[in-house]
Amino acid sequence: MTPLHKHHRPEPRPGPLDEQIAEAVRAEAGLVTATLHRFTRDFDIAEESVQDSVVAALRSWRADGIPDRPGAWLTTAAKRRAVDLFRQRGRARRATEAFADLQLTESEPTGATPDESPDERVDMLFGCCHPSLAQEARLALTLRAVVGLTTPQIAAAFLVPESTLAQRIVRAKRKIVEAGIPLAIPTDDLGQRLDDVLTVVYLTYNAGFLDPPTGEAPRTTLAGDAIWLANLVCDRLPDEPEAWGLLALLTFQQSRAGARFTPAGDLVLLKDQDRALWSGDQIARAESYLAHAAVQRRAGRFQLQAAIAACHAGAPTWAATDWLQILTLYDLLLAHDRSPVVRLNRAVALASYAGPAAGLEEVAKLGDQLAGYHLYHATRASFLAALGCAEEADVANRRALDLAENPVERNLLSARLMSP
Amino acid sequence: MKYVLMYTSRPDLDAAVPEERRAEVYQAIYAWFEKYAANFADGGAELQDPGTATTVRASDGGGNPVVVDGPFSEAKESIGGFSIVDVPDLDTALAMAREWPSLEFPGVAVEVRPIVPHDMDM
Repeated sequence: MTPLHKHHRPEPRPGPLDEQIAEAVRAEAGLVTATLHRFTRDFDIAEESVQDSVVAALRSWRADGIPDRPGAWLTTAAKRRAVDLFRQRGRARRATEAFADLQLTESEPTGATPDESPDERVDMLFGCCHPSLAQEARLALTLRAVVGLTTPQIAAAFLVPESTLAQRIVRAKRKIVEAGIPLAIPTDDLGQRLDDVLTVVYLTYNAGFLDPPTGEAPRTTLAGDAIWLANLVCDRLPDEPEAWGLLALLTFQQSRAGARFTPAGDLVLLKDQDRALWSGDQIARAESYLAHAAVQRRAGRFQLQAAIAACHAGAPTWAATDWLQILTLYDLLLAHDRSPVVRLNRAVALASYAGPAAGLEEVAKLGDQLAGYHLYHATRASFLAALGCAEEADVANRRALDLAENPVERNLLSARLMSP
Repeated sequence: MKYVLMYTSRPDLDAAVPEERRAEVYQAIYAWFEKYAANFADGGAELQDPGTATTVRASDGGGNPVVVDGPFSEAKESIGGFSIVDVPDLDTALAMAREWPSLEFPGVAVEVRPIVPHDMDM
């Protein structure tokens, strides 16, 4: 059992070889990058050589099977590649030093040793999520350097051309090296920096949120990766309540994964989900994470969102949900995060508590900021429909459909437009 | 690593700062330089206002460079001075920059840029 499974992650089901390879790579790549960074003292070379070794592994393991110690295999391949890269870039002295190191260590076991020292993947995560990098670069770099996804995999997940993504990563790595961005947990300003890291983890989860279930093992989905990253941060920074808040939030979200789609792959909204399909185990786990966070008595936006998710998890039906409690939590959340999306979600809770007219009045105030957001129009449409304004609801649903990009959301909106 | 800290402001907005407030911030700036004394390397300078600048610019036709009145850039922001610091990493430089006393005035910014190392094994 790899150390990654110690955090209550379900045992992966035996799947086709490709899935096992993907899991093995994701389990090791971040650690190998940390090892290579120590070996090369150059993040760019380290990351590049691990990436190349991952691509080589995907090819070689498909033919020969997964080696006994995949981490050691990747480390050795990456070190050899690093020596080549130093040479290619005309850095002969570094190539010679690295080669000498490689000779010394080659005979020893070079596998990742996560339990001996603090997990360096979290240090790397803080470097990849540094505020001096653009948000989209943070996300791409995290998925590559910490999670071990390949450029084509990331490009596919975010629907961007591979060349765009590759460029984004190259530029970000260059900045890390040339601007001297530390790959370290900061001593200064930890609160804000942690929030930056947690935001990237949250965005990773969101990117995979609407992927219909494929029966794949957890670590081969973005949602699974995000929960794994959140676990990593909690392990390393156990006294940070927002980290636990995020882990709780994602675990609550994940507990509904089995109810989020029909067997045919159609999206089912929370309101309409069969709550018997929610995972009681995951809900219990999420509740314990949230309780752990609450002990610190430092509320934050992820804990509050998790608390809202907990209210849903504890409600027998949509109608019997404690909407007043949820509204109160949204009001607290607004003190931490005044973004229009939070206000839109609060309007949904308000409509459930005080009726669709109240919700409609609230969303009307968000029209300027959210005009380009499909869920703004979809939410308005549902309030209008509840108020009997079928034609206006249709117009709003059509607008939502024009703006929605995700196929499962588009299907849901199309179905709404077709229903009488 | 060495970085340049470029202190920029908007001269049009600076004009609105009352004289006594300016004097107080000057005091804070002296204290700031003292606090971080160990981080400064090489020279640094406070610059006269952009109205005193003269720019030598490549001529469009490829002839002799031309000399023109005014700063190189038409931007509203202008560089009022710079320091060179030698610190372990970007976070240390950013922590200093965040405490730059003039940041309490609108339009003020500090740009932090690494210096190209010429002793690197390239």
